[in-house]
Amino acid sequence: MTTANTPANAHNLPDPMEEIDEGAISIASPRQLMWWKFRKHRIAVISVIVLIGMYLLALFAGFVSPYDPNTFNASYKYVPPMAITFLDGEGNFTGRPGVNGLIQERDPETLRITYQTDYTQWYPIHFFVEGEPYKLFGFFNTNVHLFGLGEEANGMPFFWLGSDRLGRDMFSRITYGSQVSLSIGLVSVFLSLALGIVLGGISGYYGGWVDNVIQRVIEFIRSIPSLPLWMALSAALPPELSQEARYFGITIILSVIGWTSLGRQVRGRFLALRTEDFVLSARLSGASDWRIIVRHMVPSFTSHIIASLTLSIPGIILAETSLSFLGLGLRQPAISWGVLLQEAQNIRTVALSPWLLLPGLAVVLAVLAFNFLGDGLRDAADPFSR
Amino acid sequence: MFQFIVRRILIALVTIFAISIMSFVIIQLPPGDFLTSYVASLASQGDSVSEQVVQAMRENYGLDQPIYVQYLKWIGGVVQGDFGRSLEWGVPVADLIWDRLAMSLMVGLSSVLFVWSLAIPIGVYSATNQYSLIDYISTFLGFLGLAIPNFMLALVLMWIAFSAFGQDVGGLFSPEFQDAPWSFEKFINLLSHLWIPMIVVGTAGTAGLIRTMRANMLDEINQPYVETARAKGLSERRNIWKYPVRVALNPFISTVGYALPSLIGGEIIVAVVLNLPTIGPILLRGLLSQDMFLAGAIVLLLSVLTVLGTLLSDILLALLDPRIRME
Repeated sequence: MTTANTPANAHNLPDPMEEIDEGAISIASPRQLMWWKFRKHRIAVISVIVLIGMYLLALFAGFVSPYDPNTFNASYKYVPPMAITFLDGEGNFTGRPGVNGLIQERDPETLRITYQTDYTQWYPIHFFVEGEPYKLFGFFNTNVHLFGLGEEANGMPFFWLGSDRLGRDMFSRITYGSQVSLSIGLVSVFLSLALGIVLGGISGYYGGWVDNVIQRVIEFIRSIPSLPLWMALSAALPPELSQEARYFGITIILSVIGWTSLGRQVRGRFLALRTEDFVLSARLSGASDWRIIVRHMVPSFTSHIIASLTLSIPGIILAETSLSFLGLGLRQPAISWGVLLQEAQNIRTVALSPWLLLPGLAVVLAVLAFNFLGDGLRDAADPFSR
Repeated sequence: MFQFIVRRILIALVTIFAISIMSFVIIQLPPGDFLTSYVASLASQGDSVSEQVVQAMRENYGLDQPIYVQYLKWIGGVVQGDFGRSLEWGVPVADLIWDRLAMSLMVGLSSVLFVWSLAIPIGVYSATNQYSLIDYISTFLGFLGLAIPNFMLALVLMWIAFSAFGQDVGGLFSPEFQDAPWSFEKFINLLSHLWIPMIVVGTAGTAGLIRTMRANMLDEINQPYVETARAKGLSERRNIWKYPVRVALNPFISTVGYALPSLIGGEIIVAVVLNLPTIGPILLRGLLSQDMFLAGAIVLLLSVLTVLGTLLSDILLALLDPRIRME
């Protein structure tokens, strides 16, 4: 009886097929129609580009980030983000990007070290510089980074998004964190999908008491408030687990709840399709159950499933962030956006170093993009409507 | 109708039974029983307990008995309002949670009011003025509200309040009212602190409900009965609020019961950030320190609240919408 929150299709243009002429529509394949309709949802198209960008960053994290995420620098703690400027120390336009130097000052009252920009100093940013060694994709040893400062900076690090309490580079940490935060959504969604399709499919195709049992289980799981349940289950993970085991533990915990809504949808589709004429005619032609399911029923709702999969990723990203933020999810030294946000728990720290909230901005961006993409996909999944 | 209610109540009872088993499992999940951790915590403070005492306590708490007997003992206590003892705090769990649950209800209730008073008018306006500027803005803000993690919003609001007014806006009371008896001033003081958690807890819900309300209104607004009313010469404003809005409100009814428990669930993490005297922080501490009777009791209570809320919603909805009863 729950009415799902439906971020409706507000970005649908009033006339979805305006430019494509009638003749082309009548002979186009469903896939073609979906693409035409998806393309109309401009924010969804932008979201795809944003997401591809973010996943590329995650994939090439070692190359893109100038430092190792765990390299600390005791003399550069809480450095504010550095502005990139094209003007050198004398104020001349140089035509290449660079950063100004830093002056350390100690506040005489609080004894806190603060950093001021030294506009008389200017160090150019070098591209494809050699720096700390890392393993690209976990295999190739290399030490070439996309950008960094050269020798002339006298060891001053380049923190264009600032540094944290140990003088670690925020940008490097956010990019490395995205590997966990962005992948956990995908992995967990595929786990939920597997569970949802198998159990929802059995439930919908066979019906009867199997259906009843599975539906009661789904109702039971959904009747428990999800955040407390997630918290309780992740608190029960043994503390001595390795980073990887913990990652998979959290993934499984998130899917335990995630599969229920997918399972419901799959079941609903199966129930609706079971009585369709094309299923009946397949059966009359002697097709086996398996063939009917795989060849006839599943293809007719894959697009819907893909849309709802996309729409369930944001929830998982948010859940992982929240759990890690509370200290129940992933833990240091693992890096995820939620783990990074733990540093921002103290409001006094945030007030002095607001850039510690930047990982949260990454979360918001990823979640927004997935929501818009899902929205566009859902509209496109029904190319014949309207 | 009677049959429908009886069936719903039976389902709810079965679910509550299943939930109690699950909460018990959660209590049992950490390795060792709670005496092992109790002895360990005593040992860390330099105290030690003799083997006999431990054995006696073990018998006393029934920890040497089979698991189902332990469950029966526990649930028997719960039914009488005894949730066991909190190890970390050294007091009965029941003493810890009721006050805090009341505070949670209070924050939750004000958020519900906030959500509805915002979501209904905006949803109606967005639907009647589709593709207008306000529709786009509310859609955008709605998506943003769904995308920002609650605790992040809490942090940002606190940060703004801290840097603009230089004051720490955490908690529900100023220090001088913390332990003061209830008075009118204390109530005013509470209101002045309540708005941040209210907004933070409410945002995601508001965003979702605006979308639902808008979609439902769009479905209703083109129905022939609306056209008929218009043709009869009813003013547009009266027409909208008298007919389609009332139909579109159904999903609100279907969430009225568990809106509160689900907001309390969502409030947990906000309460940790804002340092509110609600159940969120003690649930987190209970889980982190494996104070399992405390954590189990809270999970149990929240789940039971949700089930009861859902039951209430189902019955209300069936009363209002005959189509539901027929299923």
